[in-house]
Amino acid sequence: MDLTRPSDHIDAPAPDKLAQPQLGFVGYLRFFWRQLTSMRTALFLLLLLAIAAIPGSLVPQISSDPNGVVQYKANNPTIAPILDKLGVFTTYYSVWFSAIYLLLFISLIGCVIPRTKHHFDALRAHPPKTPARLERLEGFTTRETTTDAATAIESAAAILRKQRYRTEVYGDSVSAERGFLRETGNLVFHIALIGVLVTVAIGGGFGYVGQRVVVEGYSFVNSLSNYDSFNPGRFFRDSDLVPFTIAVQRFTPTYEQRNLSALGQAIDYTTDVTTTLRGGSAQPGIIKVNAPLRVGGTDVYLLGNGYAPQIIVRDPSGNVVFSQPTPFLPQDANLRSLGVVKVPDGLAKQIGITGFFYPTAIEDAKGQLSSNYPDVLNPLLSLNIYTGDLGLDNGKGTNAFALNTDSLTQIAGRIAPVPALKLGIGEKVEIPNGLGSIELKAVPRFVSLDVHHDPSQGWVLLFAVLVVGGLVTSLFIPRRRLWAKAVTDASGAVTLEYAGLARGDDPGLDAAVAELAEKHAQQLGRSVES
Amino acid sequence: MTATLVSFSNIAVYSAMAIYTLAFIMFTLDLARRSAPAPVRLDVERNAASASSGSTKLLERLTTDAPADPAKKTPRYLRIAMSLTVIAWVLHVSADVMRGLAAGRVPWANMFEFSLTATAIIVGVFLAVQFWQDLRFLGVFVTGFVLIALGIATVNFYVDVVPLPPALQSAWLVIHVFVASLGTGFFALGAALSVVQLLQARREAGKAARLNFLDTLPAADRLENLAYRVIVVGFVLWTFTLIAGAVWAERAWGRYWGWDTKEVWTFIIWTIFAGYIHARATRGWRGPRSAVLALVGFGAVLFNFTIVNLFFKGLHTYSGL
Repeated sequence: MDLTRPSDHIDAPAPDKLAQPQLGFVGYLRFFWRQLTSMRTALFLLLLLAIAAIPGSLVPQISSDPNGVVQYKANNPTIAPILDKLGVFTTYYSVWFSAIYLLLFISLIGCVIPRTKHHFDALRAHPPKTPARLERLEGFTTRETTTDAATAIESAAAILRKQRYRTEVYGDSVSAERGFLRETGNLVFHIALIGVLVTVAIGGGFGYVGQRVVVEGYSFVNSLSNYDSFNPGRFFRDSDLVPFTIAVQRFTPTYEQRNLSALGQAIDYTTDVTTTLRGGSAQPGIIKVNAPLRVGGTDVYLLGNGYAPQIIVRDPSGNVVFSQPTPFLPQDANLRSLGVVKVPDGLAKQIGITGFFYPTAIEDAKGQLSSNYPDVLNPLLSLNIYTGDLGLDNGKGTNAFALNTDSLTQIAGRIAPVPALKLGIGEKVEIPNGLGSIELKAVPRFVSLDVHHDPSQGWVLLFAVLVVGGLVTSLFIPRRRLWAKAVTDASGAVTLEYAGLARGDDPGLDAAVAELAEKHAQQLGRSVES
Repeated sequence: MTATLVSFSNIAVYSAMAIYTLAFIMFTLDLARRSAPAPVRLDVERNAASASSGSTKLLERLTTDAPADPAKKTPRYLRIAMSLTVIAWVLHVSADVMRGLAAGRVPWANMFEFSLTATAIIVGVFLAVQFWQDLRFLGVFVTGFVLIALGIATVNFYVDVVPLPPALQSAWLVIHVFVASLGTGFFALGAALSVVQLLQARREAGKAARLNFLDTLPAADRLENLAYRVIVVGFVLWTFTLIAGAVWAERAWGRYWGWDTKEVWTFIIWTIFAGYIHARATRGWRGPRSAVLALVGFGAVLFNFTIVNLFFKGLHTYSGL
């Protein structure tokens, strides 16, 4: 019996229904193990995994779309808590999803280990004895010959060896086997899958992902306190951060200008930077989408960009109380951008500002502003001003990109006596109530950089390549056995019999047997003539 | 220049669709002919056995129809259908090439272009496979499917030629998307074979008594083997697509796998077809069950291309719609 395959594998012998002995404790363990490692279980788990992956594509995931989750929860107040409890917002990290793939991999390991052992044995073993009745096997064919049995078989063995079969002569027959690579490939494929899982699970823990928004002309240092957001792996230590500095010199977008169907569509983003490793000199570099910058074993990606209007706030006597570029978040393809400025100190009252920046402003008949081109052609900044307690002094952290206006008083804007303040570049306006003035000095651009360090990804790639290699070998290399046998009858006439046996899918088996018979006949014919 | 090429390309697409329609009709007529009064394969034997009493004329007609005899001339409808398919495909490919020239890049950067290319590849795979096996009986399925896909693409997905956004400017666009389309072509053919296999299995079980044309087609287990061989090629290509996509994602988005909706569905499809391949090796799962899995898998491929592209939120938002 072939113990190497699960008992319900198509190549395994049919189960004996009657033999059902009493099972003890070990017997039950063995029974469950066999169930887990059976083909049917593997198939069931594979299909279950496919089904279990679906909900995560229907509902936004915290890992890839955190804002989507917040919005989904707000829109579906009844079902969201249930989904939350089931872990649907973190489907791919949930207990049930992990349980399925872990069981699948345990089943896989339970299947692969005995097969690997058997395969090692098979690699050293001799081809099996020639079956007594070849006519029962695939592609059975016969040829008459005048050569004697021993010579004929020796010649058949030579042909088979030339075709890279391993051969063994048993009496007046030769047994040949080839295609061990098929099983090798199959095992490599499955082991490489385990390799991918293990490297992702363990290797991923040593990496980190950080985001940082940098305005043109500014730089950032690769240290924990400098990130806007930071996700370390499980085994990450602060000392893993290679201390380098990236200074963003210039961000240059290119927008389509001629093709009317794509007017304003971005066709290139280029970020010119200089990088400095500790103790090194500054190196120029370029970061583009699809072309990250590698510095100190870390990859830096360009993931977003926008405008960071440089707003200067002065008190009534002209002293600067606020002056810095503030990244405004793009709201649409034409970069209508929303931003928040908080000025807690220096003026008679705390002021909060929410504003829209329009790189190419147009005003419709109702006075509604919008941007119709992403580049700076007709820049306009529109600001609503609030006074009141900004809530920055109570020690609680607040979102820099949001202003809670509930307890604030609007002094310029739609519901205030003074309409929203509007400024072009270089323009200056007075803040109502004599609080001071606001100037739009310039509008530099910002880039949003992702810094990734994942020491395991080279290994993941290696295993992925092995997955493909193993798959191709296991699917397209036929594993087959061929036999040639010389039968001498009472009169001394020799009949040669040929047949084959496939293990797994082997569409070319019949042709291979026929080819062997043909080649052999030719060779014997020649040797008789000579 | 661009406008001229685009209009030529569009004319070529519509012409190809017209000729595919004719080919579809011819393939259908061929199936109808196969359903002709006497079930062929059975009757050849029966008539041969009673040759002395049977009419010579009838015998001749039946032997010409029998697919088992490749030396005989191909039936006329089938010949015309195949010629029309080749002509339509040449137009189809030239439409695709002109579209690419007009855009100055590979013609698969939005849903319209992807549909155009993927359908051309499906027909290309169908035509190429004929050199290996006579699968012309799948012509109805293939031309019908491609016609519907092209119809939807031209009416609902059409967009003008636009430049590539920065995220798509990569050599991986050429490799990843092309191999995905090639895989889709093999899965489509596998699905077609599985449909015929299911019908054939029903007929062999004595259920589909009225589908006489099935008698001229290969037996269910042979169809299953053919489907399997076509699908494993698709599976290898799909595995490559998945890995190439991960490598590209690492370049473009800074992570090789992030459970983006499109990644999830590509993974689901991979898992279903992995299940299909295991089903073939599991006792009790050969036959109709594995055929159903192949169809579910292809259904997921179509779902991934249409519903996921249009209605699911994710990073693969390149439909251009």
